[in-house]
Amino acid sequence: MKRKKTVEYSKWGYIFILPFFVSFFIFSLIPLVDTIRYSFYEYYRSGLKQIGPNFVGMENYVSLLKSDMLKYAGNTMILWIIGFIPQIVIALLLASWFVDVRLKIRGQQFFKVVIYLPNLIMASAFAMLFFTLFSNNGPINSILMSIGLTKEPIDFMRTAFGTRSLVGVMNFLMWFGNSTIMLMAAIMGISPDIFEASEIDGCNSVQRFFLITLPMIRPILAYTLITAIIGGLQMFDVPQILTNGQGSPDRTSTTLIMFLNNHLKSKNYGMAGALSVYLFIVSGILCYIVYRITNDDDDDGSKAAARKQKKAERRRG
Amino acid sequence: MKKKVVSILLLAAMAASLLAGCGGNGSDLKTDSAANGNSDSQSSSITNAGDDAASGSDTAAAEGQVINIYSFNDELRTRITAVYSEIESTSDDGTTSTLKDGRVIKWIINPNQDGVYQDKLDEALTAQMSAADDDKVDIFAAELDYVVKYTDADSDAAMTLESLGINPATDLADQYEFTKTVASDQNGVMRASTWQACPGVLVYRRDIAKEVFGTDDPVEIGKKTADWATMKATAEELKAKGYYAFSSYADTFRTYSNNMAQEWVTIENPTTVKVDQKVMDWVTDSKEWLDAGYFDPTVKGQWNADWYTAMGSGSKVFAFLFPAWAIDTQMVPNWDGDAGAWAVTNAPLSFNWGGTFLLAATGTDNPQIVKDIILALTADKDNLTTITQKYSEFTNAQSVMGAAASNNTYASEFLGGQNPYGYFADSLASIKMAPLSAYDQGCVELFQNSFSDYFQGQVDFDKAKSNFETAIMERYPEITAVEWPQ
Repeated sequence: MKRKKTVEYSKWGYIFILPFFVSFFIFSLIPLVDTIRYSFYEYYRSGLKQIGPNFVGMENYVSLLKSDMLKYAGNTMILWIIGFIPQIVIALLLASWFVDVRLKIRGQQFFKVVIYLPNLIMASAFAMLFFTLFSNNGPINSILMSIGLTKEPIDFMRTAFGTRSLVGVMNFLMWFGNSTIMLMAAIMGISPDIFEASEIDGCNSVQRFFLITLPMIRPILAYTLITAIIGGLQMFDVPQILTNGQGSPDRTSTTLIMFLNNHLKSKNYGMAGALSVYLFIVSGILCYIVYRITNDDDDDGSKAAARKQKKAERRRG
Repeated sequence: MKKKVVSILLLAAMAASLLAGCGGNGSDLKTDSAANGNSDSQSSSITNAGDDAASGSDTAAAEGQVINIYSFNDELRTRITAVYSEIESTSDDGTTSTLKDGRVIKWIINPNQDGVYQDKLDEALTAQMSAADDDKVDIFAAELDYVVKYTDADSDAAMTLESLGINPATDLADQYEFTKTVASDQNGVMRASTWQACPGVLVYRRDIAKEVFGTDDPVEIGKKTADWATMKATAEELKAKGYYAFSSYADTFRTYSNNMAQEWVTIENPTTVKVDQKVMDWVTDSKEWLDAGYFDPTVKGQWNADWYTAMGSGSKVFAFLFPAWAIDTQMVPNWDGDAGAWAVTNAPLSFNWGGTFLLAATGTDNPQIVKDIILALTADKDNLTTITQKYSEFTNAQSVMGAAASNNTYASEFLGGQNPYGYFADSLASIKMAPLSAYDQGCVELFQNSFSDYFQGQVDFDKAKSNFETAIMERYPEITAVEWPQ
């Protein structure tokens, strides 16, 4: 009898989280399952006529492997790296400067806002802006010509190098502020005692950065890396707008999602679904790798090793 | 409890009668038999509602309150508001117009680029039958490049003009014959109508002509642009003085593609894109011209900022190959000098570029008003005269255009007082309209894109060909092969 008097609160918990699960189920899970299902079908539109869905097995996957998909994966990777390396380097540098009490940077708040601003512009608007700035008769070329650096206008978007650099620069500008803020929060989370102690021991700023700051912010760094990789895999709007959807020249700036978009022009859900499944697998693997790299070492080698040791100890004890 | 049941029944009856009112004749039988299960009074009220809708289909009152017009730019809206007298006012942002009887036209505009317009339109047309009356597409515009997709008899997206109550033989007798052919489906039944014919001419800068050739007289210049061989010599002369003949290779494309012998995709062989020898000639000639310096190397294709700049006073481009609408919508807004700097003469090869067609969407709830608008815009002689005077368009009325060529009130201020209609009419007379297919837009767009890289020296000829094959099969999954001319 006594047991019955304890009130069950857990059902309220379930009720409160129910809306999320319901909407997740309807708006995320069902489309997700549908995407995977349709990837095994021939299903597209020809003019106004619907073709399919006809079950074709793995045909979509095979024909994607035969297409230039890997080339576009390479493009995506290159475009991402061009943007990400400067982004993370500058962000780390800025974050450690801003947080460093001894530097006493004035107007910190102002700079934080300024470096974050590019992120607030819509990516497509930003790409449009760059497209106009760097067009053959655009302002950048006028400036270069009027200060005598070049006689003929430079055709930035004619070469793969030029277009890719522009995409990289844009991604860098848009995202370094975001990373800086994130890393600053991470660095501020480190106990000041450690920095003080290191100073007393005669540690210089370079040592402090590499031996204290970097190892201590590893979890946040991993988070930044994972989100950046996922964002990079989904890179679409900047190259799409900059090259007018063509990934020109010679499709060297066509990313995977632009490739996906090309299939969606004809509402080719089968092929697009198969491509999405590939992307899903790849992002899963990438996340796993990054997670292992950044989290898997302890003082005594690795976490796995530590776990093993503990188990062994327990068995013994 | 009983009250609840009754009220639910009443609600259901109301909903049913509403639906019956919308459904028109076809659904009457069904709702009647369904309603018979209910009380007699209810069933009679339902039949009444159905009858009302059926008997009233001729009067405007029974039609829907909202007319949805899908279009890809402002052009259609301005033309219709200019000539359709029922329109009382248009909102400042141009999204709605109110008619005199209180009904509303909604202008739904999506850009053509990247297939956005067709995506939205296709979505609306596929949902047409299940859409609420006020959301149904009533009229939609289609460009020549993809009008075939919508006039297709099998998909039946557009009503035949006859079923609307328009008789092409009498009502549209004044239209040019080739525009009627283009507007017909595969069985030769007209499903679209246009207010414009788009013969292309060569529009050139008078000041450059004076400097290089010593005259800006259209007749004299016309001799220098008579055919491609002469044009090439002219381009050489222009180059010697530091000018470009045309802005880019995309500018000359239509003169070639409009003279193709065969459509891109034939009905007999619906999975193969056949590249015509004419467009391969375009590739060869364009490469030669670009390398020779007859094109402005900074301009890549059309519809971009560099192309628009090439129409400005600071540009070194001598001429453009344009139909009438392009002079009005592209050149006039981008020209920053005084009016009268341009003139018109014959193009090296006659061509037709574009044309906006009006189609009545199957399932429209406003067939009467749709008919009125189509007739007002594409068949009324006075209205077409107004459009020609107001927007300098070459309108689809043989009698109006015939008179315009010799009537000096049609002289254009932008062209320095020249009357261009003679040149338009000459061009039109020798147009050999290439056969169309539903794949034209994708083919034209992707072909130009793929070979653009080749012209710029980024890829070799074979790579450009294979890039086109990849792109076209991506865009149209049903295409499995591309055939190149020998």
